[in-house]
Amino acid sequence: MIQSLFTPFLFQSTAQAITPILFAALAGVLCGRVGVFNLALEGQILVGAFAAIVGSYFGHSALVGVAAGMAGAAVFSLILGYGATIFRGDPVVIGIGMNLLASGLTAYLLRVVFGVSGTFSDPNVVGLGRITIPALVSVPVLGWAFGRQSALTFAVWALTALISVVLFLTPVGLRLRGVGEQPAAAGALGIDVARYRSVTVLIAGALTGLAGAQLSLGAVSVFAEDMSAGRGWIAVVAVMLGRNNPLYAAAACVLFGFADAIGVNLQSHGLPSQLTDIAPYVATLLALVISHRRRTRASLRSRQSAPATEREGQRVGATNSPPLDD
Amino acid sequence: MSAFSSALKLAGDRLRIPPVALAIGFAALVGAALILVSGHDPMSAYVEIAKGSLSFEALPDTLNWATPLVGMTLAAAVPLRGGMVNLGGDGQLVIGGLIGALAPLFLPGHGALGATVGLALAGLGGGVYAALAAWGEVRHGVPMLISSLLLSYPAIGVTSYLARFPLRDVSTGLPQTLMVPSDARLYVLSGALNVGSLLIAAIAIAVVFVDQRTSAGYELRMRGKNPHFAKYGGVQLARQAVRTMFASGAIAGVVGAIIVLGSQFRFIDGALVTPAYTWSGLMAALLVSGEPVGAIVAGLFFAALQTGGFAMQRETSVPRVLTLVLQAIVILFLAMRRGLGRRT
Repeated sequence: MIQSLFTPFLFQSTAQAITPILFAALAGVLCGRVGVFNLALEGQILVGAFAAIVGSYFGHSALVGVAAGMAGAAVFSLILGYGATIFRGDPVVIGIGMNLLASGLTAYLLRVVFGVSGTFSDPNVVGLGRITIPALVSVPVLGWAFGRQSALTFAVWALTALISVVLFLTPVGLRLRGVGEQPAAAGALGIDVARYRSVTVLIAGALTGLAGAQLSLGAVSVFAEDMSAGRGWIAVVAVMLGRNNPLYAAAACVLFGFADAIGVNLQSHGLPSQLTDIAPYVATLLALVISHRRRTRASLRSRQSAPATEREGQRVGATNSPPLDD
Repeated sequence: MSAFSSALKLAGDRLRIPPVALAIGFAALVGAALILVSGHDPMSAYVEIAKGSLSFEALPDTLNWATPLVGMTLAAAVPLRGGMVNLGGDGQLVIGGLIGALAPLFLPGHGALGATVGLALAGLGGGVYAALAAWGEVRHGVPMLISSLLLSYPAIGVTSYLARFPLRDVSTGLPQTLMVPSDARLYVLSGALNVGSLLIAAIAIAVVFVDQRTSAGYELRMRGKNPHFAKYGGVQLARQAVRTMFASGAIAGVVGAIIVLGSQFRFIDGALVTPAYTWSGLMAALLVSGEPVGAIVAGLFFAALQTGGFAMQRETSVPRVLTLVLQAIVILFLAMRRGLGRRT
């Protein structure tokens, strides 16, 4: 069983499963760094997936599809970009509203534009081509994972590196982090906080568009209602676990992608899909519990020796309710 | 954007239009644009929604649709009143639904007793599952906002598996459990309406009573306004979170059992999740920040909107999923409008 599970196909589907989650997680990291809690990733992916299909169908090219996906998701993210900055709305409420708007709007437009409900696929939709990098093919694990994949599967890792460099090694990154950590101080230094935030949310929106394009034009060229299927929420958890660090978030995404791929592979061994589909969510929940357990213990220890600083809580979980310790 | 926001402020401050009315008006405008895109007439579509939900013949349908929707509105409103969000309504709903479908089949006790036991166990199951998310937050610091939602997926997956394989009614080709014996079904009042609607009404009254007349309700409201103040005033926040989430999940579980025992008579895979009662209910509760009376009114309003949506789709072939878009726009508009008020 174990032997037949660890096949090249497992690594290939892992790399595939990681791609949309990691794009979305990078978007969440960027938003988190400038102090905007992005709970709308799920809806943004969905809008991106739909826009990508529309672009590819009418533009007869996968490239147009990807561009449309980025543009569609970026325009959609304006709601969060303006809503959480100029209008100062509650990001949790805006996130929930955006996810439902995305679900309703894509289903509505699916019926209006293509005249179908449920799923849409058409020979006119051009999917993303697969690329083979000869130098990689002979490397054991990497070769299996990245042997024949869409360009986005490679791009997501390049972007992870790029965003890490920009965030931690450039002046722009310093300003971005400043806007998130000390908005008042950043403002006093002449940085337009609201503008930095809305532009970052816009760029993050384009990233979620790439996640959507990978979903609808990647492995198969099809759009299905609610096809984001919780990936945006998993990305939200990856951002939390990674504490807004792109590299740690990527590590979390690898774990969730691997769980997803194990599930898909178990399915081909005869397990019902209803059970294997929950694998990534169970892995996500377990990761949340394990990481927060350790963190709670550590903060308890430090509280005994020194006065508690609530920064950690504010960063990670303080969206729903205050630190609950009585 | 600033012109838009100042126009908003003008409409709100000078003309004294209530924000909710403003939000509904704005949603109607965006909806009209979307209907125009689809090549139909917005006016006639809206008239069909009104006729299809509020006319004398349509009213029972609206009430029937409102039963689960108002139930899920209450399930969302209870934690929201204390500043907590339960995103896991779907999971609690399917757990309650499955328990409601199985209890009369496998437990002793016939007739009304079987149904009562089913409803009670469904509430218990949904409540415990929701309380699990709260326990994870107070005990291990796992944010409930996320964990409540993530817990939904295993619940939906496992119940779906059970309905498809071990518990499936093999005499039909569909993924559903055996029929509930007819004497354990909820008593029919008239037409499609059954005792379940009365039960939801009773739960609604109970929620309003607890909110306005008891110290537990007062403490929960206090937490919603300022949790630090509530803690300072002696409220045990951890216990309160677990209790509140239990109540929320219990309502969701009972709603699931009411749907199963009242109208479908078996657990059908996907039938509880597909109509998105959870999400419409959450939006209705968000509309009024969890204030129970307002939430019930909002739930009824959304139920009318959705029931009218069926008529609209039938008569004008505008897809009824448009009503979901309208609901989301109302919520987004209000979220930003409240933010504007906060700045001044």
